[in-house]
Amino acid sequence: MKRPSHLTLGQIFAAPLVVAVISSLGLVSALVGDGLWDSLSWAALAVPVFLYFLFLWWRKPR
Amino acid sequence: MLLLCITGLPLIFHEEIDDVLHSQVKPAEVPPGTPQADLDKLLANAMAQKVGHVPHFLIWDRDDPNAMFVSVGPTITSNPVNNVLVRMDAHTGAYLDSPDVTGRFTYIMLKLHTDMFAGLPGKLFLGLMGILMCIAIISGIVVYAPSMRKLSFGTYRAGRTRVVRWLDVHNLAGILLVAWTLVVGFTGVINTWADLVLKMWQFGQLAEMTAQYRDRAVPTHLTSLNAAVEVAAHAVPGTTPSFVAFPGTIFSSKSHYAVFLKGDTPLTSRLLKPALIDAETGKLTDTRDMPWYVTTLFVSQPLHFGDYGGMPLKILWALLDVITIVILVTGLYLWLRRRKTGVSVERAIAQSSRDAPAMSS
Repeated sequence: MKRPSHLTLGQIFAAPLVVAVISSLGLVSALVGDGLWDSLSWAALAVPVFLYFLFLWWRKPR
Repeated sequence: MLLLCITGLPLIFHEEIDDVLHSQVKPAEVPPGTPQADLDKLLANAMAQKVGHVPHFLIWDRDDPNAMFVSVGPTITSNPVNNVLVRMDAHTGAYLDSPDVTGRFTYIMLKLHTDMFAGLPGKLFLGLMGILMCIAIISGIVVYAPSMRKLSFGTYRAGRTRVVRWLDVHNLAGILLVAWTLVVGFTGVINTWADLVLKMWQFGQLAEMTAQYRDRAVPTHLTSLNAAVEVAAHAVPGTTPSFVAFPGTIFSSKSHYAVFLKGDTPLTSRLLKPALIDAETGKLTDTRDMPWYVTTLFVSQPLHFGDYGGMPLKILWALLDVITIVILVTGLYLWLRRRKTGVSVERAIAQSSRDAPAMSS
């Protein structure tokens, strides 16, 4: 895999920011209502959990 | 922090754990739409079980619409922390049980989690720990940048030594969970101030609402509880009662039933609104929205507990909590390693790597 040279702050924080915004939406949406809002919250809060396991499994020793 | 994450884990599922560990008398099965029991009768039945006690609060069970609680203490001024809960059938008004919860696993976890059995000082201490954790998270975001300068998002160098792998796990999990840990951490801090917030409300808005009653004699005979709840519920349409504070308790004046009403969405069901009913005449004295500092407390509760989106949200909450424990353990390891060897983690990584040039200056 090609190692990227020095990244800018924008590049470093772009993906984390997207995850943070998605999880914040998940935190709020279940407060707003039931039913669909709850499902939206589950999906959004599952994103960081899913990514955590994805990255760990994905990059297991070859 | 580790203690808080570990004791918090079973608390997410406290209802389910209590259900499994402790049997309780089931309320009568009733068809939907069955009217509620007359509250005066229900109260009389409860007090008949607890002779020598006085009622402090009447509480509708959030989780079981068929049950209610009467919280009783030895005197009206006794500390409600030591109150006994009497469970009642919401439809028949019959006595169900009065379990001693203080020996329960969930109760011990709750005490360890909230005040370490040390009362208000314990709470404020844990609140301070929470603030430190929020600061640690923010400083973690700051040091995330230099540590990821040459790595792409989600890097996990699985083939490398433990310190590299654990640093990667710490960075990955920490940055993925940053929104959740900050929200749960900060709302937890706000929860530790609950006692102070309620004191503020008591001496602020509650005192204001009941100012004209300050010098009034304590009513000798209380009007109907049932009627008081009905008057309150009619005063604020679209709400249902959550709990009633009896005259003389910390949540009311000496002359009022304070009926706390809640809305019907996940958010508004947390935003309690007090309606004060004159316990001598049965008439409404005043009803107001809570001031902002109480509203903040009410909103921060579900966001800390994770109990506002059904079982899937609880499971996610538990997974996020477990990953937070991973962040804490890997962080502790990285810190201890640096302390022990006096060598920074970056340098250790640089030394252990065969292909990459030294990263730290």
